[in-house]
Amino acid sequence: MATPQWPKMEKRALLGKRISRLDGPVKATGQAKYAYDMNRPGMLYARCCFAPYGAMKINGIDASAAEKAPGVRAVLVEQNMIGDEVRYVGQILATVAADTEEQAHEALRLIKVDFERLDMVLDDMNPANATGKPSGKEEGTVDDAMAAAKVVSEGEYGIPVITHCCLEAHGQVSEFKDGEMTFWPSTQSVSAYAEGMDQSIEVEQSKIHVDCQYMGGGFGSKFSHDQWGVIGALLSKQTGRPVKLMLERDQELMVAGNRPSAFGKVRVAVSPEGKMTAIDADVWGTGGNGGYRMPPVPYVFEGIPNVRNKGQGIKTNRGSQRAWRAPSHPQGCFITMAAVEDAAAAAGIDALEFFKNNLDLTSRPEVYAEQLDIAAELIGYKTKAHLRGQGEGPVRRGIGISIHTWGGMGHPSNCDAIINPDGSVEIRLGTQDLGSGTRTVVGIVAAETYGLPLEAITVSMGNNKYPFSSASGGSTTVGGVSSSTRIACTNALNALLEVVAPRLGVAPEALEVAGGKIFESAKPGNSIAWKDACGLMGPNPITKQGANEQKASQDLKLIDAGVGGVQMADVSVDIETGVVTLNEMVAVQDCGLIVDLKTAESQVYGGLIMGITYALYEEALYNHKTGRMLNGDLEFYRLAGLKDIGQLKVHMMTTEKYDSRGVIGLGEPPVISPGAAISNAVANAAGVRVPHLPLTPERVIVALQKGGILV
Amino acid sequence: MKSFEYARPASLDEAFALLSENWGETEIMAGGTDLVTAMKQYVTEPNRVVSLRGVAPLRAINATDAAIEIGAMATLREVLRHDAVKAQFPAVVTAIQGIASPQMLSRGTIGGELCQRPRCWYFRTGHGLFAKENGEALVPAGDSRYHAIFGNQGEAHFVSPSSLGPVLVALGATLRIQKGADSRDVPADAFFQTPATEKDRETVLKPNEILTAIVLPVSGAKNATYEVRHRHGLDWPYTTASVSFVLDGGKAKNVRIALGHVAPTPWVAKEAQAALEGQEVTEATAAAAGAAAVAGATPFDKNGYKLQLVKTAVKRALLAATA
Repeated sequence: MATPQWPKMEKRALLGKRISRLDGPVKATGQAKYAYDMNRPGMLYARCCFAPYGAMKINGIDASAAEKAPGVRAVLVEQNMIGDEVRYVGQILATVAADTEEQAHEALRLIKVDFERLDMVLDDMNPANATGKPSGKEEGTVDDAMAAAKVVSEGEYGIPVITHCCLEAHGQVSEFKDGEMTFWPSTQSVSAYAEGMDQSIEVEQSKIHVDCQYMGGGFGSKFSHDQWGVIGALLSKQTGRPVKLMLERDQELMVAGNRPSAFGKVRVAVSPEGKMTAIDADVWGTGGNGGYRMPPVPYVFEGIPNVRNKGQGIKTNRGSQRAWRAPSHPQGCFITMAAVEDAAAAAGIDALEFFKNNLDLTSRPEVYAEQLDIAAELIGYKTKAHLRGQGEGPVRRGIGISIHTWGGMGHPSNCDAIINPDGSVEIRLGTQDLGSGTRTVVGIVAAETYGLPLEAITVSMGNNKYPFSSASGGSTTVGGVSSSTRIACTNALNALLEVVAPRLGVAPEALEVAGGKIFESAKPGNSIAWKDACGLMGPNPITKQGANEQKASQDLKLIDAGVGGVQMADVSVDIETGVVTLNEMVAVQDCGLIVDLKTAESQVYGGLIMGITYALYEEALYNHKTGRMLNGDLEFYRLAGLKDIGQLKVHMMTTEKYDSRGVIGLGEPPVISPGAAISNAVANAAGVRVPHLPLTPERVIVALQKGGILV
Repeated sequence: MKSFEYARPASLDEAFALLSENWGETEIMAGGTDLVTAMKQYVTEPNRVVSLRGVAPLRAINATDAAIEIGAMATLREVLRHDAVKAQFPAVVTAIQGIASPQMLSRGTIGGELCQRPRCWYFRTGHGLFAKENGEALVPAGDSRYHAIFGNQGEAHFVSPSSLGPVLVALGATLRIQKGADSRDVPADAFFQTPATEKDRETVLKPNEILTAIVLPVSGAKNATYEVRHRHGLDWPYTTASVSFVLDGGKAKNVRIALGHVAPTPWVAKEAQAALEGQEVTEATAAAAGAAAVAGATPFDKNGYKLQLVKTAVKRALLAATA
């Protein structure tokens, strides 16, 4: 009998190997159809009329001229906004559906909104604007520890609001036909997409169909069907035609979610032995019109004995925050690790030595110690490192370090494993592949369990007709689907072994699978080919369920949670222009058992690039008079390209002690540290802390001038 | 974008007949990389777009010993790959390489590059060329990080977006402008203007005139461009400096230094020119010229950092020209 536990490392045919993603060729050739690519017969294009100011009282919306405009089939006015207040630019006031995109656009300009301007708050850098309830704690005797310290370093740090910047915008195609509604959305949550929607669109839950085979990025911003999901459906019902409603880039950046800012004043006390003995942090920031959660400061170094921290949110007239890959962690990590590195510099201690000397203040000192050594080796720390500010000449080089953590426990997931009499196998689950390789992971787990090649597996997913799988967020998918798939396939295989055992003259317990055969463990020559074995089943397929239940799966060591990672950055700073060049970045990451080494490494590469981008380029900027984004485009809202990222080196921890924990999620961890590591590298190179991300030439120059390095 | 009529004349004569006397009624399209965006942003809403892509002669590049004449419709890539340009004008090559996008190089033209509209984010989001909201100027109290530090005391606060404008000014190029049978040659520094009103444009071109060619005199002068930009890949420059000078007995003569992305037009750094005239070009004299280049700058709250960029760009361009 097969058991659900993972096979021993030496017995694995596919698990942990470098395997190309199943959907690579269709994506590279453009055959993969995204929501944006869905074009239905007779389809209309919808465009939303957005509030132009960050704070307005809406007195009336007159869409009569728009209704009569050429090509317009329907206009949906948000009646509940009349008499209400707009709280950020981009709130939807009305939506036009027309034969062409251009006609929809033109009609939008005919909508007359009667409004009064109200006062706005946009500035999140000024803590005096904070109105939220402060949170925080005080443990130990911070003031005493500061007084007793050898060195107390003090710094101010900031990480601005950035957006998710999904290359595929939010939106969907909706089609109402014969009483049923079909959605082709871009979503992180196929199974639960329609939850809570039935009331607003008046279609029974069972008559709502959702299909999303490919996704152009979500990063935490695409859990909900959103207001535009409901609007698109209502317009389809009203017109009897399919409706495509995708946000345009400026709208995408302003209304489809963002990452909260965090600013902090931090003091760190260092003992004569080079140990951090106290931290005092005052943190604030904005989640726009949404709530604010204080980022964790201290981050990872949670064992600092004396801690005082305070966090407070500023409500601003900007779009609402949404979960952004590793919520709160990049902010907490940046503020903490920058303060730690400043403390090392203030104490005149090499940063790597300082980090290592303080690892007992973390919850996984052995993991970080091992990873720091590997990262140091990969980046050439010994030959390149210097104390802060020892560089010379106009272009100065430096190295920065950061460490991070994440949970990554597999989420609830259900799977159907089907073995057909012709030997074909299918896996069905209502999960989604955000581009991270979920489809491939499911295929690998099934193929490994059945002893079949990957090509033999049909993975059916991305549709809400399949068994429920949770939304993909928080690095929970790979654990969830690999566990549910493993259990379902094990159950199906055992049913097949029951059928085959009499033919081979042994009990099912004596059988195993590998290389496309079922054979007797003790006498491998006693075997039957997979296809022939399935021929014994009779006319009906075997269908078995598998569910990932966290506690049970953890007991089976199928999944686990809690990882560590270390990153180091090597940068050059041109002190005459303030331009930062990333030479190299190293990521050392633990994620338990690795299903596919290639897609795992790809996740880390992607995380690094996203992290480099927010470290060097990204920042949402707002018009102080209107509240509209100034850089609601990809022109001045910069993203890193190939020439900007330097050389990336990824090292995954794959030894037995990591592997034996089971599968742990990997989506979030690699994006947490880059801001801190790169800022620390710039401080090391330039000799002065550039307090705020992104590290733009203007910020670097101002910091160099303040530090007296540039006159 | 507003619906419009599209015309693709086969000759200049046909093109002139299609152009209006008033701005906004018709627009000339070269590569379209800027115009199409501007139309989508409702920065301009022409009734008719007149493409010059069918006017074949405008794409020619002719080189003689005395000058290189580049048709305004030559693509940036064609200019970049031209042997005579490469041999004589590293300042042009560096500036075009800085544009960095294969699509822009293939589609964008030299004439279009010179006539593109400002990238000012207030202008591009509906606040007009002078960036106002309810009559109040947005730049001084707003986010001025990419705005002008020179020539910004009037109503125009944007910067000229052209990468080639400062190069042509430094190289003493001439721009050929045609209207019907009439043709006039305008020195590059007189081609650009700071608009007096919101309705004016950033060059002396009239709505029914066509920029047909750029003439670069071949003088053997040393020349170079240095560009500071944030990203290493595709990005707008923060600041550029283009320089040209003749070395006479080891001393720099006829020094011309033009700055880009710091003023509503390419900006001639007269003090820097004077500082270097008659000097050997060394690290020290180049730095002194760089320091002189910021004379008269009037930065806003958020763009004082550009002074440092000007100093560095001028110094490095001068040193690159001598290398």
